[in-house]
Amino acid sequence: MNPFLANIADHYNYWIYIALMMIGFYGVIAKRNLIKQALGLGLFSTGLFLFYISMGVIDNGTAPVWTLIGHTAEKNNGPYDNPLSHVLILTAIVVSVSTMAVALALIVNIKRAYGTIEEDEIRAIEDAEHPGEELV
Amino acid sequence: MPFIDNNLPVLLVIVPLLGGLLSVVLGTIFGSKRDLAWGWALLVSWATFALVIETLLDVVASPHGSVVYNLGSWPGPWGIEYVVDYLNAFVLLVVAGIGAATTLYARHSIPSEIPGDRLHVFYAVWLLAIAGLLGITVTGDTFNVYVLLEISSLTSYALIAMGKHRDRRALLAALRYLIIGSIGASFILLGIGYLLMLTGTLNMADMHAGLVALDNYKENRTVLVAFAFLLTGLSMKMALFPLHMWLPGAYTHAPSAVTAFLASTATKVGVYMAFRFMFTIFGHEYSFDVLPGQKVLLICAASAVIIPNMTAIRQTDVKRLLAFSSLGQIGYMVMGFALANEAGMTGAIVHLFNHAAMKGGMFMAVGAVIYRIGRAHTADFTGLGKRMPWTMAAFSVGGFGLVGFPLTAGFISKWYLLQGCVQAGYWPLVIVVLMGSLLAVMYFWKLFEQIWFTDAPEGAPEVSEAPPTMLIATWSLILTSIYFGVHASFTVGMAGKAASFLLEAGQ
Repeated sequence: MNPFLANIADHYNYWIYIALMMIGFYGVIAKRNLIKQALGLGLFSTGLFLFYISMGVIDNGTAPVWTLIGHTAEKNNGPYDNPLSHVLILTAIVVSVSTMAVALALIVNIKRAYGTIEEDEIRAIEDAEHPGEELV
Repeated sequence: MPFIDNNLPVLLVIVPLLGGLLSVVLGTIFGSKRDLAWGWALLVSWATFALVIETLLDVVASPHGSVVYNLGSWPGPWGIEYVVDYLNAFVLLVVAGIGAATTLYARHSIPSEIPGDRLHVFYAVWLLAIAGLLGITVTGDTFNVYVLLEISSLTSYALIAMGKHRDRRALLAALRYLIIGSIGASFILLGIGYLLMLTGTLNMADMHAGLVALDNYKENRTVLVAFAFLLTGLSMKMALFPLHMWLPGAYTHAPSAVTAFLASTATKVGVYMAFRFMFTIFGHEYSFDVLPGQKVLLICAASAVIIPNMTAIRQTDVKRLLAFSSLGQIGYMVMGFALANEAGMTGAIVHLFNHAAMKGGMFMAVGAVIYRIGRAHTADFTGLGKRMPWTMAAFSVGGFGLVGFPLTAGFISKWYLLQGCVQAGYWPLVIVVLMGSLLAVMYFWKLFEQIWFTDAPEGAPEVSEAPPTMLIATWSLILTSIYFGVHASFTVGMAGKAASFLLEAGQ
C-alpha cells in the first residue's frame, strides 16, 4: 500500500480527530446562526475527546482491573491501556457539557432580547440602534 | 490554628469555592436580601485575602522560597501538587486583593445593575470566579490548570452576561468571549495532551524532567506542536494582540464591578500561566532560543502597545477606552517576560501588580459615574470634576499612573521594562514603550481636560458624590498604586526574586 494511505489507515482515529475538530472550527467561523456556532463548538471539543481516548489505547490492551473468572477475581496479565487519559477526558466532557449549557443559556437570552438568533439580523438591529458603534 | 497553617494553599481555593455554594444556600433559606448576599461575599473574599497573605508570609519564610502542598497527602507526581513560589504568591496577592476590594465596591454598584432576586446567585458565581483564578495560579498540575481555567472562564461568561440588564449587547459580548475562550481552552488542553503523550505525567516539574530526559527533545516535533497549541491558547486567554477581539466588548458591557475585577485579574492570570508553561515546563532556552518564541512574542507585544492604544484614542465610551488601554498594558507585561532578563521580567511582574491596582481603581471610578449618571460616555465627563471630585481625583491619579508619570506605580514598572529592553539590546522596543506612554497621554489628557477645566454643559444631570463603600474601594486601590510608586522596595523585591527564580527554574 501507498505509505501515505498506510499511515492514514494505521492512525485513522487521529485523522478523524483532526477532521472533526476542523469541521467544528469551520462551523464556528463560517456559520451566522448562533445555534450552529454552538454546535460547531461542541463538535470541536468532541474531536478533542477522541484524541485523548486514542492516546491511552494500545494494541490488544485491556483495562487495568481484576477480571472475574467463575467466582474468583484474577489479575489479568495486560498489556493495559492507560486509564489516566480516559479519566481526564471524563472531566473534560463534563466541562464541555457545562460550556454548551452556558452557551445555550446565552443564546436563549439573546433570542428573548432580540427576537432572533441570526447574527446578521442582530447586527442590523444594533446598527439601527447604535449607529457607528461596533457590535460588541 | 495548625489545621489552617498546614493546609493553606488548598484552603485558599476551597474557601471561596464552598463560600460560593453557601451563598446560594443562604439565599434559599433567608430569601433575597441585598446586604446578606453582599455581606457573605465580603466575608468570604476577605477571609480568602487573609489566607493569601498567610501563604505569602510562608513563602517568604521558607528556606527555598517555595511551599509545596500535596492534595490528599498523595505526593507528586502521582497526586496533585500545589506549589507556591514568589511568582505565584505575588499573583495570588493581586487576585485576592482585587477580589476583596471589588467585593466591597459591589455593595451599591451591583444592585443598581442587577435585579434584587438574582443577587445571591450573582455572588455565588462571583466567588467561584475568584476560586478559579486563585486555583489556576496556585496549582502545579497542568490538568488542574485546565479545569480551574474553565471554572474561572465559565463564571466570567456568566458574570459578563449579567450586564444585559443595562445593555443587551452584554449577551453578544459574553457569547463571543465564550466561543473564543472555549477554543483557547481546547488548544490548551490539546497542548497538555501532547505533553502527556510524551512524558506520561501531568505534574509541571515532572513534565520538565520528562522532556529533558527525551533524547533530543529540542528537535522533537510533538514538543513543537504542544508548544504551538499552548502558546496560541494562552494568548487567546490573556487577550494578546492579535487574539484580543473578545476583550473590549466584554469589558464594556459587563457590570461595573465585574469589569473592575476581571480587568485587573483574569488576563494577568493568563499572562502568568503562559510564562509558567514557557519557563517551568519547556524551559526558556527551548522557548526562546531554539524556537523563535521570543521574536514572535516581542512583535505581538510591541503591536499590542501601539495599535490598541491608538484605537483607545478615538473611543467615546470610557469603559471601552480603558479596555483598549488594558490591551496595551498586556503588551508591556508580555514584552517584559519575553525579554527573559531579570530587569525586564521584574518590570513585567511589578507591572502586573501596579496595573491591577491602577486599572482596577479607574474602572471603579467609571463604575461610580455609571452608578450616578447611568452611562459613561466621554461627553458625560465634561465638568464632572466639580460634581464628583473624589471619584474624578481617583480616576485622574490612575490615569497618570497609566501614562507612567514619576511617583506613580506605572513609572516604576516602565523604568524596569526600559532597563530590560536596553540590557537585551532591543533599542526599537525602547521607542515602542515610550510611544505607548505618549499614546496614553493622548487618550488620557483629553479626558483630564474635560473633567477639570471645562464647565458642565447646560442641562447636565445633577449628580452627587459616589456612595462611601465605592469611594473607599476605589481609593484603596489608587492609594496602593501611589504607595508602591513611592516605596517600591516591596513589590520590586518580590518581583526580582520571582524573576530570578523563574530564570533558574527553566535551566
